[in-house]
Amino acid sequence: MSASLSKGRLRGLATGWGYHLSRLTGPLALLGPAGLWLLLFLVLPTLLILDISLVPGLRPEDVDSAYGLGNYSKLFNPFDPAFDPVYLQVIWRSVYYATVSTLACLVLGFPVAYWLAIMAPRRWRNFLVVAFVLPLWTSSLLRSYAWMSILRPTGLLNSFIAWLSSFIPGVELPTQSWLYTSTAVFVGLTYNFLPYMVLILYASLEKLDISLLEAAADLGATPRQVFWKVTVPQTLPGIAAGCLLVFITSMGDFVVPTLLGGASSMTISRLIYNQFLGITRNWGLGSALSMVLIMAVSLAIALLLKYGDRDSVKEA
Amino acid sequence: MPKLSFPNTWQGWLTIALFGFMYGPIVVLGIYSFNDSRRYTSVWQGFSLRWYESLFQDARIFRALQDTLFVAIVAVAISSVSGTLMAIGLCKYYFPGKGVYRGVSYLPLIIPDISIAVATLVFLASMAIPLSIWTIIAAHMVFCLAYIAVIVSSRLGSLDPNLEEAALDLGATPTQALIKVLLPQLMPAIVAGCLLAFVLSVDDLLISSFTAGGGANPLPLEIFSRIRNGVKPDMNALSVLLILASGMIAALAEYLRYKGSTMER
Repeated sequence: MSASLSKGRLRGLATGWGYHLSRLTGPLALLGPAGLWLLLFLVLPTLLILDISLVPGLRPEDVDSAYGLGNYSKLFNPFDPAFDPVYLQVIWRSVYYATVSTLACLVLGFPVAYWLAIMAPRRWRNFLVVAFVLPLWTSSLLRSYAWMSILRPTGLLNSFIAWLSSFIPGVELPTQSWLYTSTAVFVGLTYNFLPYMVLILYASLEKLDISLLEAAADLGATPRQVFWKVTVPQTLPGIAAGCLLVFITSMGDFVVPTLLGGASSMTISRLIYNQFLGITRNWGLGSALSMVLIMAVSLAIALLLKYGDRDSVKEA
Repeated sequence: MPKLSFPNTWQGWLTIALFGFMYGPIVVLGIYSFNDSRRYTSVWQGFSLRWYESLFQDARIFRALQDTLFVAIVAVAISSVSGTLMAIGLCKYYFPGKGVYRGVSYLPLIIPDISIAVATLVFLASMAIPLSIWTIIAAHMVFCLAYIAVIVSSRLGSLDPNLEEAALDLGATPTQALIKVLLPQLMPAIVAGCLLAFVLSVDDLLISSFTAGGGANPLPLEIFSRIRNGVKPDMNALSVLLILASGMIAALAEYLRYKGSTMER
């Protein structure tokens, strides 16, 4: 009796297991492969970087070295004898480049997004937005290269300036080498990431209730008042989202500062690159710098999730 | 077809100017790729196809192009399946840790390329995996599947869930319902996602630089090493061709997405 009972229980247990297994096969088949890949090639490597950033002075040929915060203290702790202010300067320069280009994108991008979302003929809107954003999908390496040929000392910009000054007798407009300057980096970053800003602001402005603007105007608000008191507050989450996204991408950008900036415009991503593929390699320090970059970006994302318009980002 | 009315507001004019800003440098590049000059100058010397000729005789470029296309096609092919499955799984199931899973799947779109590239290199080195064309593919699959999943997800959100349930009620197995009902509806989004992932893979410089080793030399690496210290005229011709190609592929992808989203309206 007891044997058959236990047999029955066993069978019940087995079918129970089978039931659970069959319930798991669906999710596992769908989510397993990609999840495994993300775990292997994204999560584990990033954890490994965190781990390595805690080993001061690691070079590829080193096998093991003591753990410690040496790499971070070299970057941030002015009382550390190994502290070198150049790293902090590089980090600040990256933040500075990203801030200026984000502001430039906002100032240029807002009127464009406003026109596309509210003033442009309805039938053409989708086409115009896609056309504006299309360059984003072409190689940023090649688009930065295009700027190299414009900003070079013998490039198109200087030829244009020389041509202009030939019309004004007595005045010599200054031609200079624009390439390998901070100006070139600002132009390149703004050029590269303006479409992001326009896309996100467009998604945000498109949802704007135009009758609110009309109501404000009917009640006697000047166009300026309508803009600052109705339009801007309504699209503030979109503005925040666009700014943070442009900030993140320009802060981590490698191609523009490398091609358009000179030796004096070293940024954090270039510095990381050099620690791994350059002449003087230091994997530990490079990893610490990479963690600093990831932390800065994570902070921006946290702000984005808190204050930004997530739907606009998703639509974009 | 309504006429595109004249944008006589300053916002309209600024938009036109910034369209010029976006496309101007590409047009300039295109014009100078036909410039017949021995040295590279901004002075127009007459029309010539010489830079295109020298480009097509460059065997290194062709080998690099082969590497690039191989990486992109294999990475996108595998990612199209795993990325689509992930998007469907994330839409369908609720499980503990789903928020984390979804968050991780967005990371490749947000974390700077340099950080992902460095992390992948360190990971491969620590596992003693030799760098080759296959390590590039493995690394590219991460962002390819993330992009495809995002685009498929946004399409899934706008689908009618009743159709799949109806198929299940009418006796289809879950697999049949997936293949015969869900996948055809998702197809425009999947194709669009694949095209965009393909473009991203072809254009990627950083992740390839860190995972290529000596064995493979994708096109962006070859271009980067040539233009890093100055302008080379035959690179103009190549840039024009590549920008046109990725622009057209991306435009096709956007068209498919747009068509897919207006299909049932």
